[in-house]
Amino acid sequence: MAVKKFVVACFDDEKTLFPAVKNVRKTGYKIHDVYTPMPIHGLDAAMGLRDTSLHTAGFIYGITGTTTAFSFITWALTYDWPLNIGGKPYFSLPAWIPIMFELTVLFSAVGMVLTFCYLCQLAPFVKKDHFHLRATDDLFVMAVECTEKTNDSEVSDFLRNLGAIEVSTQYKETGWWIGRYDKDTEIFGKPVEPVVQS
Amino acid sequence: MTTLKEQFVVPKRYNTFSLVLMAIGVLSLIILFITHGTSSDEHVAARFWASILQNSVFFLMVTNGCIFFIAATTLAWGGWQMSFRRVPEAIAACVPFLGGIAGIVLLALVFGGNHAIYHWASPEAAHDPGIEHKAGFLNKTFFAVWTIITIVGWSWLGKKLRTLSTEIDNKPLSVEEGKRYIWNNTVWAAVYAVLFALTVLSSIPWFWLMSIDAHWYSTMYSWYTFASSWVSALSLITLFVVYLKNNGYLELTTKEHLHDLGKFIFAFSIFWTYLWFSQFMLIWYANIPEETIYFKPRLQGPYRAIFFLNLIINFLAPLLLLMKRSSKRNYGTITMMAVLVIFGHWLDFYQMVMPTAVMNPETKQTYVPNMLPDIGIGLGFVGLIMFVTGRALAKNSLVAKNHPFLKESIIHHT
Repeated sequence: MAVKKFVVACFDDEKTLFPAVKNVRKTGYKIHDVYTPMPIHGLDAAMGLRDTSLHTAGFIYGITGTTTAFSFITWALTYDWPLNIGGKPYFSLPAWIPIMFELTVLFSAVGMVLTFCYLCQLAPFVKKDHFHLRATDDLFVMAVECTEKTNDSEVSDFLRNLGAIEVSTQYKETGWWIGRYDKDTEIFGKPVEPVVQS
Repeated sequence: MTTLKEQFVVPKRYNTFSLVLMAIGVLSLIILFITHGTSSDEHVAARFWASILQNSVFFLMVTNGCIFFIAATTLAWGGWQMSFRRVPEAIAACVPFLGGIAGIVLLALVFGGNHAIYHWASPEAAHDPGIEHKAGFLNKTFFAVWTIITIVGWSWLGKKLRTLSTEIDNKPLSVEEGKRYIWNNTVWAAVYAVLFALTVLSSIPWFWLMSIDAHWYSTMYSWYTFASSWVSALSLITLFVVYLKNNGYLELTTKEHLHDLGKFIFAFSIFWTYLWFSQFMLIWYANIPEETIYFKPRLQGPYRAIFFLNLIINFLAPLLLLMKRSSKRNYGTITMMAVLVIFGHWLDFYQMVMPTAVMNPETKQTYVPNMLPDIGIGLGFVGLIMFVTGRALAKNSLVAKNHPFLKESIIHHT
């Protein structure tokens, strides 16, 4: 995790955002991320992101849940404390299937939520740098990462030509920290200009 | 829009194939009639009747499921299905034909002399304490009237929904007309949904299938039967969509639509399992002899293999093979799964009908009959569906090009 230099472009319409994303990628600049106020269909594909593996994780959590329920109930009801319930055999699978199903759902749901939070670095008190506060409101914000070879004024002009209504160069921490926004932000990266309401 | 292949031309091979299948069906029917149908023993003759009962009811309910697909998507104001909606519409055109066949079979079973299958229709059932008190529902008059109303109602409302769809093919709608058109569609779909709830979702499976075991009852039965026929209907729609895509039609239908159909097949296979298991578990738990009698021949008798095969084909296979996104978007996998699912639910209907309907006249025990003639008759029905659907597809444009929701379907993205 380090402080990096970004050129941040704001768009006010997804109709300009999509061609901009395509053009930026075609030109060879590296898109750090695109922040949008709502989920946008097809943006992942346009940015060239690979499909998420979250569902594979969900499947693994699910079968873990099934196995846990099955093995625990088997152990408890046939070995550790066998009970005669309505004359049914100790090993009575049909009665356990609802519980196996519930544990499958529970494990996969909780596991996927936690995995999702881990992948997105979301947790209580965990803080991250923001590129633009209006990304959560009404602006589509694209952050282009700069390397030592990147000429940021050239990138800015390029993005403005693509229809960005606001372009700025920012130094931002890419990792996370635990703390408070109002006190800590200035520790990380160089101070940036306050958000200008247009 | 000008370059779309809108007009389906029934290929010669398709026609020949459907005719060959129908010939196989008729041949199997004749063979089964000669070997069993002409017998003077009513239990031997029941083998013949059970086979056509199972096949005609199954395929009627599957094609009727396609009308339900139209009605359900219309009621939900869905747009994604619009690019291939002519396919379920065309399959729905089979309902009057299959309904006619099933109606004749059902009425012949009730009013004919052979009461081995519908035991409740025989004169001695009037003194059977297990059936006597059900007579308010389970009587010949109600059965006949309700069966006829049902089949005519399905055919008529299916026809109505199809006409609504095709009548705007040559007249583009203004925004106002479009709104009125959607409203009109919604109302007719709602009328169908009410009929569907009163028939498939409640009384019809009780009448046609559950009354074979007249002493036994399960409130779950209708939904379970519905789930079977609905998932098969979705598979049938998928098969026709894939067939048309492979022949260069339906350019507006993409993998996104196929993906959604795959999700439907996947989800409703799970739904079917849920209902199947709910019915089974309650009976297993309570363990009351008059209820468990239904599962005796199926789970512990000669139908044991079919019983578990049913569960493997209809639950495990879709669960494991259709879970991945890529398999739902793959033409080969989805075709294989659709065929498997239709066969699986055909088998499900087989084990609903056969164990009680057939009986060895010497041992008075149920047995698993040789399945070949049943499969042959089933193939005959498949041929009939192919034949009628092909004709119905060729009659109208393949794209509902003036429908207000078409654009939604073109840009559809999962």
